[in-house]
Amino acid sequence: MRNLDVNEIKNAIKTLVVKANQELSTDILNALKVAANYEKSEVGKKILQRVIENAQIAKDEELPICQDTGTAVIFLEIGQDVHLVGGNLHEAINQGVREGYTEGYLRKSIVKDPLNRINTGDNTPAVVHIDIVPGDRVKITVAPKGGGSENMSQLKMLKPADGVEGVKQFVIDTVRQAGSNPCPPIIVGVGIGGTFEKAALLAKKALLREVGSQNPDPFYNSLEKELLEKINNLGIGPQGLGGRVTALAVHIETYPTHIASLPVAVNLNCHVARHETVIL
Amino acid sequence: MIKITTPLSEEVIEKLQIGDEVLINGVIFTARDAAHKRLYELLEKGEELPVNLKGQIIYYVGPTPAKPDRVIGSAGPTTSGRMDKYTPRLLDYGLKGMIGKGLRSKEVQEAIVRNKAIYFAAIGGAGALLSKTIVKSEVVAYPDLGPEAIYRLEVVDFPAIVVIDARGQNLYEVGPKQFLKE
Repeated sequence: MRNLDVNEIKNAIKTLVVKANQELSTDILNALKVAANYEKSEVGKKILQRVIENAQIAKDEELPICQDTGTAVIFLEIGQDVHLVGGNLHEAINQGVREGYTEGYLRKSIVKDPLNRINTGDNTPAVVHIDIVPGDRVKITVAPKGGGSENMSQLKMLKPADGVEGVKQFVIDTVRQAGSNPCPPIIVGVGIGGTFEKAALLAKKALLREVGSQNPDPFYNSLEKELLEKINNLGIGPQGLGGRVTALAVHIETYPTHIASLPVAVNLNCHVARHETVIL
Repeated sequence: MIKITTPLSEEVIEKLQIGDEVLINGVIFTARDAAHKRLYELLEKGEELPVNLKGQIIYYVGPTPAKPDRVIGSAGPTTSGRMDKYTPRLLDYGLKGMIGKGLRSKEVQEAIVRNKAIYFAAIGGAGALLSKTIVKSEVVAYPDLGPEAIYRLEVVDFPAIVVIDARGQNLYEVGPKQFLKE
């Protein structure tokens, strides 16, 4: 058994929320550079160049890449041989978010109640997903998620008979209906299988995968490539103003499901796809 | 690149076409969901607005807090569609331009044509770059709304693209059609 003080988790989260919001990860930046070269629309090309320039300014001047610094979505993988000491884990996580968003000059975008809508003032609470895994380490991933792209995400319970064609249609329809709103070029996270809530979580986790990485399953690898091509054929383009680059990547995650079910969730992410990880 | 200065005259607006890239100079005002609701309700009651928006441009933005050495934090556009309910009323009152991102309703598009107004898109997710074109920022109404208060911004060469022009042409419809592959 290894003791780990929750204060270390708090400090890590505080650092990660700020870093994730100021520094675009290398995989996204590289994908944007490739896209800027490839884009045929003049307006689209210029938008991509400006987006790349924006990332550089944000990093150099320690400014948020985007003013929507998001909901703090936090994934924790806690080794089963870790004993957390020094306080309440959830309070430590939220304290990290609170300090990061306040001291890092990030926008506070969380309202306390979905209908009464009073801002909590410190971007808490975070949305937290915890997995218990083997080992004595704690892996923390912070993925601030903007509202514009989250609002265009969808989930559907397909019939098993709809099959792969039904899945493709639903993914493409979701991107088409989203149009310019999720700030294309987007990353498309797809969760297939499990139950209603499991599919949504799979789709969110799919967004964490490195852009440009291959799906280890050959079937889903080729489905990802096919969907990416079909999405880019929609012509939506950067910012929805027309072009060849609508998505930078499609990532699929799957899970076994019920004999009667085929849940599919599509979680869209804008081009400011932020995620930072640390292992304690 | 076409340089334009606020407040916008109808002459200037009529010359602008979808796809034109503009650099906006002068004063613009920020407002998003909560401020729109209040402005709309004042107009409905026939009362004066706290800021004269006749001939002006509204920018849909909720910036990040400014660091001590800066005018403003990151300041890119938010989704315009959320303001659609309130926009026709504001255009009929005399608002001339809007900066945001994304599609507008049929009612907004009609109000743009009816009032010889214009809708610009700024690049969503380029808030750091856009913040550098903002040289002055002050709250002029609704300070209780925090990042949703109405700010008066002075901008120098703020980059934007004409997406719905005074003739009702819409780049969100025309643009993707050119690149659609069946």
